[in-house]
This record gives sequence, C-alpha cells and structure tokens, in this order.
Amino acid sequence: MKNILVLFSHPKFEKSRANSILADKIKDKVGVTFHDLYERYPDFNVDVDAEKELMEAHDIIIFHHPFYWYSCPPLMKQWIDMVLEFGWAYGPAGNALLDKKWLNVITTGGSKAMYCENGTNCYAINDFLRPFQQTANLCGMRYLPPFAVMNTHKIEDKKLHAYAEQYDKLIDLLVEDAVVAEVGNISFLNDIPQLNA
Amino acid sequence: MTGNILFEAIVFLLGAIICVSIAKRLGLSSVLGYLLAGVLIGPYVLGFIGNEGEDILHFAEFGVVMMLFLIGLEIEPKNFWKMRKTIVGMGGIQVAGTMLISYFLFLFFGFDWKVALTFSMAVALSSTAIALQTIKEKGLLNTTFGTSSFSILLFQDIIVIFMLGALPLLANTDITPLENSEEHTNLLQNLPLGLQTLAILVSVATIVVAGRFLIVPLLRKVAKTGVRELLIAAALLIVFGISFLMELVGLSPALGAFLGGVVLSNSEFKHELESTLEPFKNLLLGLFFMAVGASINFIVIAKSPLTVGGILVAVIVLKALVLFVTGSFFKLKLNQKLLLTFSLSQIGEFAFVLLSFAFSLNILEQEQLDIMLVVTALTMTITPIIGIINERVLLPRLGTRESIKRPMDHIAKSQKVILVGFGHFGSTIGRFLRTHGVEATILDHDSNRVDFLRKMGFEVYYGDATRTDLLESAGIAEANILICAMDNPEVIKQLAKAVKSKYPKVKLMVRARDRYAAYEFLNMEIDHIYRESLETSLKLASEVLSQMGFRKYTLQRQVQNFIRYDEDSLKRLAKEKKIGDENYIFKARKELEQQEKLLEQDFKRGIVEFDTHWDGEQIRAALEDKNI
Repeated sequence: MKNILVLFSHPKFEKSRANSILADKIKDKVGVTFHDLYERYPDFNVDVDAEKELMEAHDIIIFHHPFYWYSCPPLMKQWIDMVLEFGWAYGPAGNALLDKKWLNVITTGGSKAMYCENGTNCYAINDFLRPFQQTANLCGMRYLPPFAVMNTHKIEDKKLHAYAEQYDKLIDLLVEDAVVAEVGNISFLNDIPQLNA
Repeated sequence: MTGNILFEAIVFLLGAIICVSIAKRLGLSSVLGYLLAGVLIGPYVLGFIGNEGEDILHFAEFGVVMMLFLIGLEIEPKNFWKMRKTIVGMGGIQVAGTMLISYFLFLFFGFDWKVALTFSMAVALSSTAIALQTIKEKGLLNTTFGTSSFSILLFQDIIVIFMLGALPLLANTDITPLENSEEHTNLLQNLPLGLQTLAILVSVATIVVAGRFLIVPLLRKVAKTGVRELLIAAALLIVFGISFLMELVGLSPALGAFLGGVVLSNSEFKHELESTLEPFKNLLLGLFFMAVGASINFIVIAKSPLTVGGILVAVIVLKALVLFVTGSFFKLKLNQKLLLTFSLSQIGEFAFVLLSFAFSLNILEQEQLDIMLVVTALTMTITPIIGIINERVLLPRLGTRESIKRPMDHIAKSQKVILVGFGHFGSTIGRFLRTHGVEATILDHDSNRVDFLRKMGFEVYYGDATRTDLLESAGIAEANILICAMDNPEVIKQLAKAVKSKYPKVKLMVRARDRYAAYEFLNMEIDHIYRESLETSLKLASEVLSQMGFRKYTLQRQVQNFIRYDEDSLKRLAKEKKIGDENYIFKARKELEQQEKLLEQDFKRGIVEFDTHWDGEQIRAALEDKNI
C-alpha cells in the first residue's frame, strides 16, 4: 500500500476542462493526497517545511500540471526551487527522497503529431521533460514515464473521460505498487498493458 | 363576566397559551389552537368573554389589519408585475368560477338574486390569515403551492376592494340604511349610491398618493432622530391611521392597510417596518383567530342545523373543486394541487366585513347574516383539520413530493452574504464582490446612504443591525457569511455575540479598528478578523469569494488589479474636484457622489473580465472559429 501525493498546479483551474475531468476522478481516492498548489499558495509563498513533511509522508509524488511553454506553470517551478533543498533532497546528506517515485501527469493543447521531429514543436514530450527527469535522478528518485493527455484543445469530452478512467486505474496500480520497474523503455505510462486490458 | 379589560386580557392570553401549546404538542397548527381557545372561552361554552351576538371581532381585526399591511410590504410593485400572470390568471379563475357556480346554487335554493350575489362574493374569498399563517409555519412559502396560494389570496385581497365598492349599488334604497348599521360614523352614508362607489375608489387612490408623498418623507424625518421607539410609533401610526381613514369612509381597514403596505414596500423602511410590526402581528392575529372561534354562534347552529350544515359542506366542496380545477389549468403537480385545494377552501375574514357591510346596506336580513357568519367561522375552523387529514392521510399515498434542493446555476447565487456597514471599509468590499457578480445584502444605518445604494441597485436595508429581528428579515437564517464592516468595535461585538449564539452556522468576518479590537474578537473565538485598510477590506472580500468557490490565485490577482485600478481612479478623481473643508453634510454628500462614481466605473470597465490568462476555453473557442 503506497501513498500518493498529487502536486496539482494550474493557475486557472476553474477554466480548465481537461484538468477538471482528470482531477475530479482521482482527488478523493483512498491513498491520494490532492495538493492544489495555486489554491494553497496564491501568493507564491511556499511553506517549505510543510511541503517537506508532505513529501516525506508519501511514496509516490505526482506532478500534475498543464504543459505550458514546454514546462510546468510558474508556481510549480517555484515549488521545486524552494522545497527540493540542498542537504535535504540532494547533496551529500540529502537523501530524504531516496527511492520515492516521480511521475509527471500532463495535459498538452497540441497533439502527439505536433510533438515529434517533424511536428511544429520539433521534439517529443519526453525530450522536453528532461529537466524533470534529471531533477528526480539528482534526488535519487525513480522517474516514471509521463502520463499524458494530449490535444486537449480539440479532444471530445468522451475521450477525456476515457483518459480519466485510465488515470484512475493508474492510481490504483501505483497504490498497489503494481507498476513494474522496467517501464523505462516505453514513452508514456498510458501505454502500459494494465491500462489497456 | 362583564367588560373588565384586564380580566378579559388574562382570559385571552391564558386561553391562547394553553390551547396553542397543546395544539403544537400534538403537531397541529397554531391556528387550530387559537380557534379552539376561542370556542372554549367564547360566550357559548365557558362564557368568559363576549355576550351572545356581541361583536367580539371588531377589535381583534387589528391582527388581520397588520397581516395585510405586512403582506402589502412584501409585494414590491416590480415583483407584483412579475407575478401578474399567476395572480390574475389563478386568482381570476378561482374567484370567477366560485362566484358563478355559487351564485346559481344560491339562486336555486331560493335566495333573492341580490342576496345570492352577495353570498357568492363572500364565498369566493378565502382566508389570507389562516392560509398564510399555516403556509409560513410549515415553511412552504417558496413552493409552487405557496406561490400559487399567495397569488390567489392576493387577487382576492384586491378584488374585494371592488366588491365593497360594488355593494352599495345593490342596496335596497327604499329602506333607510341607518337602523341596521352598527358601523362607526360613516361620512359617505348620506351620499347617493353611485357617488359612494366613486368615493371609495377615490379614497383608495388617496392612500396611494399619501403613502408616497407624506409617509415616506415623514419616516425619513423620524429615522434621522435615531430614536428607535419613534419608528415603532410611526409604524403603528401608519397602520392605525390608514385603518381609521378607511373606516371613516366605510371601507375595510384591512384593505387600507394592505394598500398602505404596497405603497411603502418600495421604500427603504420596508424591513424596519416589517420587523417592528411582526411580533405585534402574530399576537393580534392569534387574538383574531380566537375571536373567530368565539363568534361561532351555537344558537344559530341549533336553530337551523341543516341549513348551516348544508351550506358549509356545499361551500367547502365547491371551493375545493374550483381550486382543484384552477390548479390543473396551471399544471400543478398533484400533491401541490391538493395542498392548494384544501388550504384555501374556507371563507375568509373579509366575508365578515363584506357581509356586515351588506347587512348595513339592507341587502341581507338578520337571519341570513347570522347563518353566513356562522358558516364562515366554521369553514375557517375546519380548514386546519382538513389540512391535517390531507397531510397525514392523502399526501403520503399520492406524494410526488417536490424536491427541496434545486441545482444552483452559479456558485455565487447558492450562498448568501450579508454585509453590515457600507462606509469606506464596507463599500470597498461591496464593490469587489459586485465586480465578481456577487450581490451582498447590505445593512446600513445611514438612511441617506441606504437611499443612494438602492438607486445603485443594491439590496439594502435600513436599520440597526444589532437587532436580530432586522437581521432576520435581511435573511440571516439562510446566510452563509456575515461581514461586519462597521467601524465601532462595540457594535460589532454585540452583533457578533448575538449571531454566534443564535446562528452558529453563519461565518463571521469582522473588521477590527485596531489591535485592541482584534484581541477582543479573538477572545470571542472569531477567526476571521481584518484590521482595517484598503488591503484588508479587499482581503476580506476575496476570502468571502474564496468561501464561495472562487479560486484563490485568481482572487489574489484580482485584488492586486483592483488596488491598482482603484489607485488610478483615486488619482483621476483627486484632480477632478477639490473636496473642500465644508460642513459635515456636504462632505458626506461628496463621499456618496464619489462612491456612486466608483461603482459606475467598476461596472463600465468590467475589470474582472480582463483576466483571461491561461484560459483554455478561449484558445479552444478561437481554434474552433478558425476550424484549424
């Protein structure tokens, strides 16, 4: 039984169709702590001690955010800058997060076709997520491939609900610690067989 | 037992307390308790009050007078206009249907056509006092049934004016009316009949005009003195004054009071008057019900039980049928229709007035009057009993109970915010809430400002908020948040204490003038304290909105936008006009002008709308437009 901390970050959650559908599905699940950063820190003044305690109390940290300008919204970056301190998260004595899992759950306006060598964005999602991956590495955390909901500008509600179902199932698997360690060779957690059975 | 006033008062009060307590204990409506108390202490059972045939009702009618005044206050002309279709439609069908059928029935049973017409008028009316009291007690005012009943009763209350106006036309002129008349001096009695009708209509118009141009200015003067008793006195003066004038011209005082209420419903004193008169009303209404009970003339019943019984049953069945059909026309659900049918199937208090008036005009004979009066009193007594049968036997079997909870279309509407004090601190809060589409209910004790805010379209009540009754009429019972933005900490303390004990669910957000005030509030276990400044007033307002479901980060940005925008306008307005060092009143007026200007600007600029960053909806809409 693993504990999951969802660090949710969206400056305009009230206007987000995709993220409302996704978040609604999982935020009240057993084993999940849904932590809405923009609601908690509207003034960007992150309470570092409280955040550290939260991190320590959970096994899996989900960075749930829309993909803005090839990265996360500013408060989440602020959070990373402040909370993942030297001597605690990394550095010689920094082993507080050792072996915890790191997962990005993201929504993108553009489609998968836009995120490839020949697409508008030239690079794949996973290329853009490198900084997150390396942050996890530096902290000794285990980085999982992202769970991505793409093309949200055009996708239908029905499809979004199907994604929400997948997200829901994924959380169950994570809580049961049933996501196999060797997922490293796939690009998206969406593609693991358990979610597509 | 003769007219010792103290003794009679004791009998009335004791009767009420005992019978109503028992009725309530048994789960019955208080109306039934009062009526039974009346029967018991009346001349025909224990004989404590009133002699046979004596008009006990006369004084007791003040309860009805006040009730109608208060109903009148509830009816703002614009609401009235909104409801006009149901009022005229339902009321019209009910009154016309009942009158028509009963008229032919009475004709059929051999009454003279004038008598039959008078009777049918009386029968068409229902008892506002009984029906509304019961509806309010059960909290059904906002159901379909509640509004339908209200519409029908309202229509009746208005149509009765015309009925009373028409009665003199039916009078038997060959007999001098004077000998029958037990009424007070009636100025119009010696006028020709057509003129009487005209005079009645003219006096109605007089009340309307006087209300607007005499009473409201008078109340403003009284309010300025700040002496609370004076307002009570003024309220009573209005009611008594109108009643007296109406009696003078031979009209029902209750109707006059109703009209007076309607006239005043648009004024800022609406809720002050309401909360002042409410306690008097209930007690006097109880007195009225007791008087109805006491006036059930058992001798008349004994003399012609068949006639009385026959008419009684016929009337109730007939009225119930017409109401049921009316309800069907307006597509009420079955349970709502049954409630309507059974709660309005009695003859109302106006029948007493109408019948006595007809008697004084020699349309009715003594015996006919007696029988109809008894029937009226009996129908009123039976109504609550029928209601109980309907509620306990019929409805549970047929029930499609109207669901109480309805989905709210917008978060802002599902929660009620009351804002007390609209000075410099409160007005900022009010403005910020309003730019977010949240209209707080405002209370203020400055009648000038109240006047101004009403012009700006706010729901505003004048009065001293430390009085819980005023808070109640402003809707504290349904409120989620009470903002205390007055500057005097003592007043806030008093208000907070009262609300905390009586409405613990209401969230209190208070302004603290300084540290010491904040200490005291903290010690009272008030969590939301705002030490005053522009920023804190906005902080308070944004926390109100956050409670209502607005996102905190959005609000954070909006607060900052608002401050920037407010400072801009501050600079602009400072250039525009020099605020001189004139006397206080001038300054106060300037401040109002300022607020008006600000509110208008807020509205025009729609500052909230500008914040569209990270708005996925917009991008989606744009993409759809271009169809990329």
